[in-house]
Amino acid sequence: MTGVNSFSVSGYGPERAGWTRLFARDSLTRRLDWPILLASLALSLMGSLLVYSATRNRTELNQGDPYFFLLRHLMNLGIGVALMIGTLCLGHRALRNIVPVLYGLSVLLALVVLTPLGATINGQRNWLVIGGFSIQPAEFLKVTIILGMAMMLAARVDAGDKLYPDHRTVAQSLGLAAVPCLILLLMPDLGSMLAMVAIVLGVLLASGASNRWVFGLLVAGAVGCLAIWQLHILDEYQLNRFAAFANPDLDPAGVGYNTNQARIAIGSGGLMGAGLFHGSQTTGQFVPEQQTDFVFTVAGEELGFVGAGLIIFLLGVVLWRACRIARDSTELYGTIVAAGIVAWFAFQSFENIGMTLGIMPVTGLPLPFVSYGGSSMFAVWMAVGLLQSIRVQRPMSA
Amino acid sequence: MTNIPETGRTPRVQIRLVVIQILVLSLLGTLGGRLWYLQIREGAEYAKEASGNHVQQVVEPAVRGSILDARGVPLADNETRLVVSASRTDLLKQKDDGKAVLTKLAGVLGMDPKEVMLKVRLCDAETPQPCWNGSPYQPIPITDEATPKQALQIRERSEDFPGITAEPEAVRRYASPGKSNTAQVLGYLSPVTDEEIQQAKDTDSPYLRSDQVGRSGLERQYDKQLRGKAGVTRYEVDNLGRVIGQAEADPAQPGANLVTSIDARVQRVAEYELNQAMKKAREQFDKITGTNYKADSGAVVVMEARTGRIVAMASAPTYDPNVWVGGISAKDYAKLTGKDSDYPLLNRAIQGQAAPGSTFKVVSTAAAVEAGYDFDGRYPCTSSYSVGGQVFNNFEGESFGPIPLGRALEVSCDTVFYGLAHNEWKKDGGINPKKGQPKDFFFKAAHQFGLGRETGVDLPNEVTGRVPDRQWKEDYWKANKDAWCRTGKKDGDYVEKIAYENCLEGNKMRAGDEINYSIGQGDTLVTPIQEAVIYGALANGGTMHAPTVGKAVISADGKHITEIKPKVTGRLPISQATLKGMDEALAGVVTRGTAAWKFQGWPQDQIELHAKTGTAEVYGKQTTSWLATYSKDYTVIMTIAQAGTGSGASGEAVRNIYSAMYGVQPDGSIDTRKALLPTPQKGLPKVRPDGTVASPKISKDPAKDLLEMQKAAEDGATASPDGTQPGATTPTPTAGNRDTRRRPRRRGSRRTPR
Repeated sequence: MTGVNSFSVSGYGPERAGWTRLFARDSLTRRLDWPILLASLALSLMGSLLVYSATRNRTELNQGDPYFFLLRHLMNLGIGVALMIGTLCLGHRALRNIVPVLYGLSVLLALVVLTPLGATINGQRNWLVIGGFSIQPAEFLKVTIILGMAMMLAARVDAGDKLYPDHRTVAQSLGLAAVPCLILLLMPDLGSMLAMVAIVLGVLLASGASNRWVFGLLVAGAVGCLAIWQLHILDEYQLNRFAAFANPDLDPAGVGYNTNQARIAIGSGGLMGAGLFHGSQTTGQFVPEQQTDFVFTVAGEELGFVGAGLIIFLLGVVLWRACRIARDSTELYGTIVAAGIVAWFAFQSFENIGMTLGIMPVTGLPLPFVSYGGSSMFAVWMAVGLLQSIRVQRPMSA
Repeated sequence: MTNIPETGRTPRVQIRLVVIQILVLSLLGTLGGRLWYLQIREGAEYAKEASGNHVQQVVEPAVRGSILDARGVPLADNETRLVVSASRTDLLKQKDDGKAVLTKLAGVLGMDPKEVMLKVRLCDAETPQPCWNGSPYQPIPITDEATPKQALQIRERSEDFPGITAEPEAVRRYASPGKSNTAQVLGYLSPVTDEEIQQAKDTDSPYLRSDQVGRSGLERQYDKQLRGKAGVTRYEVDNLGRVIGQAEADPAQPGANLVTSIDARVQRVAEYELNQAMKKAREQFDKITGTNYKADSGAVVVMEARTGRIVAMASAPTYDPNVWVGGISAKDYAKLTGKDSDYPLLNRAIQGQAAPGSTFKVVSTAAAVEAGYDFDGRYPCTSSYSVGGQVFNNFEGESFGPIPLGRALEVSCDTVFYGLAHNEWKKDGGINPKKGQPKDFFFKAAHQFGLGRETGVDLPNEVTGRVPDRQWKEDYWKANKDAWCRTGKKDGDYVEKIAYENCLEGNKMRAGDEINYSIGQGDTLVTPIQEAVIYGALANGGTMHAPTVGKAVISADGKHITEIKPKVTGRLPISQATLKGMDEALAGVVTRGTAAWKFQGWPQDQIELHAKTGTAEVYGKQTTSWLATYSKDYTVIMTIAQAGTGSGASGEAVRNIYSAMYGVQPDGSIDTRKALLPTPQKGLPKVRPDGTVASPKISKDPAKDLLEMQKAAEDGATASPDGTQPGATTPTPTAGNRDTRRRPRRRGSRRTPR
């Protein structure tokens, strides 16, 4: 904690000694957004239990060690927390300077995925396997695109030149976002691509860009969807897979099966659930990808409405506080970053939980904090670090 | 500390951020609502689905119970055979839908590849047998007669035979003890269909996919008891079918054994004698048609007179019930059911119906007494009887003068019954009956004798026969009048004339109808089992029973015995005095009446036999022969279609059946040691706790034993009083073919409805 402490030294008021400094009125610990931190930690720890429950019997995945995924999840969490602290220490303002580098790096990583170095898992070429670790560059793209767009859009405004970003800046920032989106389409990683669109929308809204841009983007998206549907760009089976969340009969062996089993798992949980490690759907491994994309079904079955509701509530806490941070930020840059993170978390949570509940199409998006997966865990904790940084670096207003 | 101006947010951004916040909250609210809907509102439904999801049932089929004869000799049991089966789902996974594998398999088994392919296709409305009408997910048996070598070949090269298994399995065996066949009574099994599974789903005895179901005969009637309960072990499994949870087991309960009243030895004798009688009839020349008798089908029923229990029941032509075991081949199925087959699956003892001929006269006699005619009165037995210019002849113009009813039965005098029936017809008002109910004594009696309805025998698909009373005539006319009126011609040929008359007044009871009816000709139809009930009742003092084949259901361990009690269905409408008179008259048939020429030398003073012969006319065919007989304990009914007279066609055969049961030697002496069943079997066979049955040894062929006994007697230099030739000592000489009725120009022969 020395690093953090040293950071707080920059502050105000007389020097205090030892631990009292930690809890001083203007100390970093007092300025941190604890609800976000605690809710994120709670979600991650709950996630580790759920991941453990889902994987302790999957011998073909856990290499005979029932704790394999639990330990990896906790390790990811540890790294994630460290990344958060690092981000916090560095500060989002300092990061602003190296955004181009980060952006370039993440785009490069994503491009490498498209080369033979990338690995295809579950039909999606969105993995990069380096020395036994598999990385999903798409997760990091989400962070860098937020930072990149925020930097461009906020530059003139924060400098006081303009009240709102002008059209040229908006167009440039959209171009910045379009490159990784295109890469994601090539993978193809439809889920991340949609998350990206949500992020771009959130960022544009928060930047104060003209309404024309926002609506233009929405209309363009709608026209694009319609074109894909009407011009038969996708094969019928692809459309069926997409629509199977509503009607599992369209793809009974694939997505329909997932949706159906997920719904059975969650539905059978009832109010209190079957009890941790006692869900028959989970123990019987009826839900595919249960430790990652369908981790919410474990909560639904074993913890019931109470436990699954708690997850939604905790996500709500994170999002609510993040919105507050966006609104309280004194500079547009922080506002945009926070709003982008809100859009990202909100969309991904809604999409992930929604698909397990059968109200959203099935796409491969992890549930923030809860799903197993290193890249996602690192990215969301980095985002938490950014939020904390925005929060602690604003002047104390209260 | 608030002196740093808030430069980051303009009102526009501020508003938009609030919008984002509201949007985020509503999204989370949506999730919560949906979660509540799934878990709380629909939770129970999904919980049910989940339990169905992860529980797998492993079914261990129950061993089907045996069908035993009255002494415990198994008529149907199980044996272990090597069954080669094909899994359709595995075959369909292969590139050519498994054709190559099946062809290879056919080579190993020495079968025709085409037949193997036909066996694994699924039955539907248009697919003829052979086809698989069980579940498509269940292995389909190709053969159950694989040799150990073939089974080994398949098992050792399992990679060459994907989807093919060779396992020992308990399969049904129809044991044919003592060469008895009993095919139609036993029935057969075939795999359960999807529909049946659906239908029986919520009953107390649901079917399993692997079940075989009784399709006819006893196998069907007592299916529930014989089937037992399959053992079901429930495992909690994961999505790959691996067992993860505790097993909950319901052990299999083997099916119960059905003890029947059939005696395998008597059954064999009855079958043999029926067959012999038909063979012999085919050697006889029929003067009416100018060809030999066809004798194409027949039936015999041996029944305990006092209980209605069936001792033997045979139907010809017959088949080998073992053809059904392990799936029937196309050829066999065509032979059993095709157009060119003689329908051997029919149990003609309960499903064959024909006009009863003179065997019906016991009904008419009872009706006459009921109507007020004195049994011992005198009624003219003239050589012919004419009504309205129409002449009804007695057989060969014989006349016996005025005789009592008993004697009329004995000599089977038609004209006596013509007179009585005509009288009653007139009393009822003739062609246009009086207002109010006509009394219809003759028709009422038939119903009281149980005709026109099922006897209630414990075999499926019994037919009712028919009493052609006024109601039936009305219904039949309504159904056919259009055709009759279209084809009928006043002065056309025989058929056209009949149609013309029927068109005009086919709905009315005409004098000729009732006259014909009184001697069992015309539209009356009875089944052999109905005759058995009637003559059984005459033997036991008037009690009619629902015949039973099943005698008891004994659990597989022998502990629980459920007896099937004889069921009384009614009493004959005859007073004891009349019954006694008829009893004597029917005994007279054997000693000096129409059957006497076949029963010479019978030890009548020790084993009193009673009989009534019958010969029924069938339009366009040769006459149906009937011989209804009874002793104190048994009644034996035999009928053969297109075989001439009752005594001529069946006399010897029926006598031989009695001889075998009572041990009567050809010389008339009785050898009780050789008697198969001198008194009805009383006790039940014992089923031991281990499931085996204490059954006596049975001779290889009881029919041959009887033959040898007769031969030995002949060789023994004693005179041969075998009833094949009329002897000089016949007490009252009567013509042999007593009952054959020459074709008169009569109305009311059986019409063929269009």
